[in-house]
Amino acid sequence: MAIKDYIRERFFPHIWCAGCGHGIILNGLVRAINELQIPKSDVVMVSGIGCSSRIAGYLDFHTLHTLHGRALTFATGVKLSRPELNVIVPMGDGDALAIGGNHFIHAARRNINITAIVMNNRIYGMTGGQYSPLSGPGIVASTAPYTNIDQSFDVVKLAEAAGATFVARTTAYHVQQVMEILQEAILHKGFSVVEIMSQCPTYFGRRNRVGDAVDMLKHMKKITTPIGSKAKQEDPELIERGIFVRKELPEYCEAYDTVIQRAKEGN
Amino acid sequence: MSDNILFVQGNEACVEGALYAGLNFFAGYPITPSTEVAEQLSLRLPKIGGKFIQMEDEIASMCAIIGASLTGHKVMTATSGPGFSLKQEALGYAIMAEIPCVIVNVQRGGPSTGIPTHVSQGDVNQSRWGTHGDHAIVVLTASNHQDVFAMTVEAFNIAETYRTPVVLLFDEVVGHMRERLALPEPGAIPIVDRLRTSVKQGINYHPYLPREDGRLPMSDFGGVHRYNVTGLFHDMWGFPSDDPVVIRDLLRHLMDKLESRTNQLTHFKDFHTEDADCLLISYGSSARSARAVVEKRRMRGERYGLLELQTLWPFPYDLVRQKAAGAKTIVVVEMNMGQICQSVRQAVDRPERVFLSNRFDGVFIAPRDIEQSLRLIQGKGV
Repeated sequence: MAIKDYIRERFFPHIWCAGCGHGIILNGLVRAINELQIPKSDVVMVSGIGCSSRIAGYLDFHTLHTLHGRALTFATGVKLSRPELNVIVPMGDGDALAIGGNHFIHAARRNINITAIVMNNRIYGMTGGQYSPLSGPGIVASTAPYTNIDQSFDVVKLAEAAGATFVARTTAYHVQQVMEILQEAILHKGFSVVEIMSQCPTYFGRRNRVGDAVDMLKHMKKITTPIGSKAKQEDPELIERGIFVRKELPEYCEAYDTVIQRAKEGN
Repeated sequence: MSDNILFVQGNEACVEGALYAGLNFFAGYPITPSTEVAEQLSLRLPKIGGKFIQMEDEIASMCAIIGASLTGHKVMTATSGPGFSLKQEALGYAIMAEIPCVIVNVQRGGPSTGIPTHVSQGDVNQSRWGTHGDHAIVVLTASNHQDVFAMTVEAFNIAETYRTPVVLLFDEVVGHMRERLALPEPGAIPIVDRLRTSVKQGINYHPYLPREDGRLPMSDFGGVHRYNVTGLFHDMWGFPSDDPVVIRDLLRHLMDKLESRTNQLTHFKDFHTEDADCLLISYGSSARSARAVVEKRRMRGERYGLLELQTLWPFPYDLVRQKAAGAKTIVVVEMNMGQICQSVRQAVDRPERVFLSNRFDGVFIAPRDIEQSLRLIQGKGV
C-alpha cells in the first residue's frame, strides 16, 4: 500500500512546527505497519494530549485521541475488550511519564499486548516549552529560567523495572531503525516500550541554543551508539540504541482467557 | 422459594441490573461503600465471557470503560465520592465524545475522604456539574433494591439511546442494606442495544452526524469504518475544530439531546400527591423515611404526600412545579445541606413554601427527624 493511503489528507496541514521530529516518527511508524501488512481496520491508535498525540488523528486507523496522560488506560479498555486488534499508543515524554507515569508502569506490569511509543523531545512543546521529567538537569525551559534541577527518568530502565517485556530506544535521526524496531515491537506479544528521541527545535532548541533541527538531529547521532558498541566502552556517556529487553511472559488478555475458563468450569 | 427471589445488598441489586442490561465490561478500583459492585462483577463477568479489570486508579477505570465501549461493549464502573471526583475528567470526555457508559456512585460523606462508611447524599450537585464546561448529563437514583435494579437497567438503556454517560447516584444505606429483590424474567424489561450504523463499507461514515431523529449510530472500533474520536470540539468526522460554528452547534447538540428530553428521561414515584397539603420531596434512601412519615400521617387523615424523584438530572422542573402546585407546604428531605432543595425552590411558584428537612452528620435521616422538622415548620416548636 502506498504510504499516502495511511494518511488522512483531509486533516492536513498538520500542527507540527517546521523541523519537528514527530513527522519523521510518523513516517517510520506508517512504514513499519505497511511492512507488516496489517490491515488498517485492525489497528487502533490511542493517544493522549500534546504535540505527539496529534499523530493519531492524521492516520487512517481507528483513532482515539484521549486525555493528557491517560492514553494507555483507554488503550487497555480497547485491547482487553477486543484482544485481536493491534493497539499502538504514541505518547510524548510529559504525557507518558509525568501525568501518565502511573498508568505507564501499570500497563507495563500487566504485560498487556500494547505498543507504547515515547516520543521524547525532552520538553512540553504544545504549551510552550516547560521542562518535562525527561528534560534533565541543566536544561533551560520556560518554567526553568534559571536552569532545570530535576533529575530525569531513564525510560528504558523504568520500563524494564516496571515489567515491560520489550524495551527499545532509537532516535528520529535513525529513521530506518525506527521502522525496524517498531515492527519488532508491534510483533512482540506483550507490553512493548519504544523510546524515540525526537527534536523540538522551536522550544528546546532555541532556548538551549543547540542549533536548528538539522543540528539537533546530528547531535542525536553523535550522542548515541548501538547497544554494546566499542564506542560505548570508550565513552560511557553515550546513550545506547537498540533492543534492550525482549522476553516472554504471560500476556494479559491471554491470561484473562484462563480466568474465563476457570470461571466457567466453576473453580 | 424461587431462584428469582434474592435477599441481597443494594450494590448486588445494581450488579444484577447491569448484567440483565447486558453489561460485559467493567473496570473499577476498590472504594467504600461501592466495593461490592466490583467484587461481585469479578465473580460474575468471566462466567459469561465478559471482562473485569481492576485498574491502577479511579481515573484509569473510567478511561478503560470508554475504550471498551468504543469496541462495542456495554460498560460500567463503580465508585464513591473521592473516586467520583477523580473520574470527572474522563466523564467529561465521555460527554464530549458521546460514549455510552454507566458510572455508579454509592455516596458517602464528603468533602474529601469524609466519612467512608456512613451515608450522605452530598454528591447531587457534583453529579450534575462535577466536570468542567457546559454540558448535560443524566443522573438516576433509587430508594429500594427493586428500583436499584430497574434504574440500573434504565441507565444502560439511556446511555445507549442517547450516547451519553449516565450516573447512578446511590447512597451507602441503599448500597449496603439487605432486602428482597425479585429478578425479572429475561425480556420482562426492554433492553436497548447499541444502534449501529447501516452505512456499508467503502461509503463515508460520519460518526458525529446526527440522524433526523437526533441519534448518532455508532461503528465499533475494529469494524469497517475508521474514524477519529477526541475530547476536543470536533466536526462530523470527529476531527478537531476551532470553528465557532462547529463549537456552538456541538455544544447545543450536547445540551439539547438530553435537556430537551427531560420529560422522557424523568422517572419518579408518587404517593398521595394529588391532594397533598404538605408535599414531601425526596429520593434515594431518604425517601424511605419520607414515605413512612406520609403513610403515618395519612392514617391520621392528614393530607400528606410524597414525590420520590428517581431522575435527579436533568432536573424535572415541570414535574415538580405541577406536583407542588396545590401544596401549602413543600418539604425536601435529603442528606445534604439542601442540594435538591435549591432546585425545588427554582422549580415551584411561591418558593417561600419550600422547607428543608435534612441530616448531614453521617447518620441516616429517620422518620422522627422529619417529624421534628415538620413541628418546627408548622410552628409547634420541638
